[in-house]
Amino acid sequence: MDKEKWEPKIAAFVCNWCTYTGADLAGTSRMKYPANAKMIRVMCSGSIDPVFIIKAFERGADGVLVSGCHPNDCHYNAGNFHARRRWDFFHELLDFIGIEKDRLQFSWISASEGKKFADVIEKVTKDIKALGPFTAYKKMNSEFTAMFPEIPEADKEIVIKEKETV
Amino acid sequence: MCSDPGQNMIRDAIRDKGLDAIVVGSCSPHMHERTFRNAAVSAGINPFLVEIANLREHCSWVHDDLEAATQKAIELVRMAIEKVKRDKPLTKISVPVTKRVLVIGGGIAGIQAALDTANAGYEVVLVEKEPSIGGHMSQLSETFPTLDCSQCILTPRMVEVHQHPKIKLMTYSEVVKIEGFIGNFKATIKKKARHINEDLCSGCGLCITKCPTKKKAYNSFEEDLAFRPAVYIPFPQAVPNIPVIDETICMYYKNGKCGMCVKVCDRGAIDFDQKDTMLVADIGAIIVATGFKLYNIDKKSPDSRYKGYGEYGYGKYRDVIDGLQFERIASASGPTSGEIKRPSDGKVPKKIVFIQCVGSRDDSKGISYCSKICCMYTAKHAMLYKHKVHDGEAYIFYMDIRAGGKMYEEFVRRAIEEDDVKYIRGRVSRIYEENGKYIVKGEDTIAGMPVEIDADLVVLATAMIPQDNSAALARTIGIPYDKYGFFNEAHPKLRPVESTTAGVFLAGACQSPRDIPESVAMASAAACKATILLSSDTLEREPVVAKVNEDLCAGCFYCKKVCPFGAIEVKDVKDLNGIVYKEVAYINQGVCQGCGTCTATCLSKSIELAGFNNEEIFAEIAAL
Repeated sequence: MDKEKWEPKIAAFVCNWCTYTGADLAGTSRMKYPANAKMIRVMCSGSIDPVFIIKAFERGADGVLVSGCHPNDCHYNAGNFHARRRWDFFHELLDFIGIEKDRLQFSWISASEGKKFADVIEKVTKDIKALGPFTAYKKMNSEFTAMFPEIPEADKEIVIKEKETV
Repeated sequence: MCSDPGQNMIRDAIRDKGLDAIVVGSCSPHMHERTFRNAAVSAGINPFLVEIANLREHCSWVHDDLEAATQKAIELVRMAIEKVKRDKPLTKISVPVTKRVLVIGGGIAGIQAALDTANAGYEVVLVEKEPSIGGHMSQLSETFPTLDCSQCILTPRMVEVHQHPKIKLMTYSEVVKIEGFIGNFKATIKKKARHINEDLCSGCGLCITKCPTKKKAYNSFEEDLAFRPAVYIPFPQAVPNIPVIDETICMYYKNGKCGMCVKVCDRGAIDFDQKDTMLVADIGAIIVATGFKLYNIDKKSPDSRYKGYGEYGYGKYRDVIDGLQFERIASASGPTSGEIKRPSDGKVPKKIVFIQCVGSRDDSKGISYCSKICCMYTAKHAMLYKHKVHDGEAYIFYMDIRAGGKMYEEFVRRAIEEDDVKYIRGRVSRIYEENGKYIVKGEDTIAGMPVEIDADLVVLATAMIPQDNSAALARTIGIPYDKYGFFNEAHPKLRPVESTTAGVFLAGACQSPRDIPESVAMASAAACKATILLSSDTLEREPVVAKVNEDLCAGCFYCKKVCPFGAIEVKDVKDLNGIVYKEVAYINQGVCQGCGTCTATCLSKSIELAGFNNEEIFAEIAAL
């Protein structure tokens, strides 16, 4: 793959009240940042299941950003505390399952921090670019198919097909 | 798209093509989600089958690379399409409303909010932690920019609160617990024991004059410039005019003797055995107006995050005082009856130095913000001083003069031009005592030279900071606060008096430094927001709430532990014979706020958040 031209794909899980609104502010203020990150809006960072992140990597994301409100500034009082605890633990597990830790990044961005949002996206994109494409899952997938070639095509993820049709 | 023709386009497309869900590629859902949902409803589609791909704030406005931006826009639309395919129609939830407002804090903001709400015809419970309402405004001598006597304009409103048939006034009380949700809060209020029977006391004050502990404690209303006995009324105009017995210094509590107050009280109102009582009230809306305190270098707790100003000698020299202490000295009802005398020896100071921005705008001391009112009150202080001590000299060290407000700049000019107050632009490095004088060493940055003034009295315009317990109170009520402890508004521009917790409103300096007119305006606005809420019998809520799949639920109740709102209960599942065979989680849809923390915690993945369920989010991920 041409390293120069390759652009990473980044999934950003953001909470509705702080980071999503902060991203809106970055837009209203016409700040510029790379177009690599696509946002998935959830109500609270506390509702982001680690499985979402694994799924994103499985689906070809090269990096994942998780961002919510600052501690004590949560719209739901305590959601981000649960999130923080979960991520501290989950981050340690990433290495174990063979994903470089830096592919998953966290930040607190409030609704008034448009600049910080732009900076964070800039930084995450740069970091992921330096790490290169995430291929472990694809490789594993092909190994798996080689080991069990009899798996019928129909059982493979239907969603992939949908994606192609759009 | 949000214009009428744009909306018509959507409606026509729904009708002509028989659509059952729509995706709009437009600005942020925070701007026009409601507009497009309403358009969908008018064409017969459920409003929750509308998804918005944010192509403006999150794409076109932020990317320079046109090709990459177009590609991203396509992907964002694809994600929205995948989500909308899996969206389920939802209906709004309707909940009843209790028509009573809780106002926390009885300063000018709380008083105004209580009066406005009560005059709109709703019941109000006003809770104040001190023995009297009035707050900081009752301590002030005169107010800028009119030099109105502060108490003269405040006390009529205090009396009005006391006499209002719709207001239940609870002084010397604190809110200890808030449960429930918008329209249906349950507040637990602790009424501290006054040791005086409020129904019997006539407020004659005989117990106060006869109490043998004459000058045992500092009078906090006088900012520690005077003393008070064990039984006291904070100030003569207190509302209600009922004394409090301070257990910590009362002789009766020390050795069981004395009881002088009991002997002199001909109404038998003294009750040494009175205990704290708890009151539970049903509340529809809450207005928080707990105000501020001054950055107090001397009395800061050891673990305080603020660093002091040792170089100014505050707490060490009795004649280095703060703004509120100067208010009391200048006040006609204060310890000096309004004569400007310095605390140490009672002499009339001939030279006063005022220092602005003590604490404020100083990152190194932990406070980056501007306290907003100090420029104005310092000008007022200097003016009051010059009006009372004609041959005195007043110097003000300032960083910038911030006099934004109606008649404010004119007021400062008046201090400089008519009253000959000397403004020196620069900071003070050190203050030390020499022969009964305080040598103030500073710098005049305009003249570019050091300045030294031998002052008789130094007044520090210390920063406004939140009340000590503001963070704890915020957690009790369930509202967010910033790193300083000020409560956060829902939107800095467009929702300045609402907290992000539905049904909780903010007024006055608990939100950020505010002067009196701003506090009053905020209070009226908060009262208006509360009455809007109370004006309907039921209210509709977004149906974004969590729901348990009872067949899958294993009954571990981790969700119950993490729910920030206590919305999750244990529910028994019975078989046909009515025998309980399983316990599952049940989510009270009225209490649930829809954060989804439970969905991520749930081990059996049996909880789904409506509008953001796992299937929908996985679809978005797959479409990345």
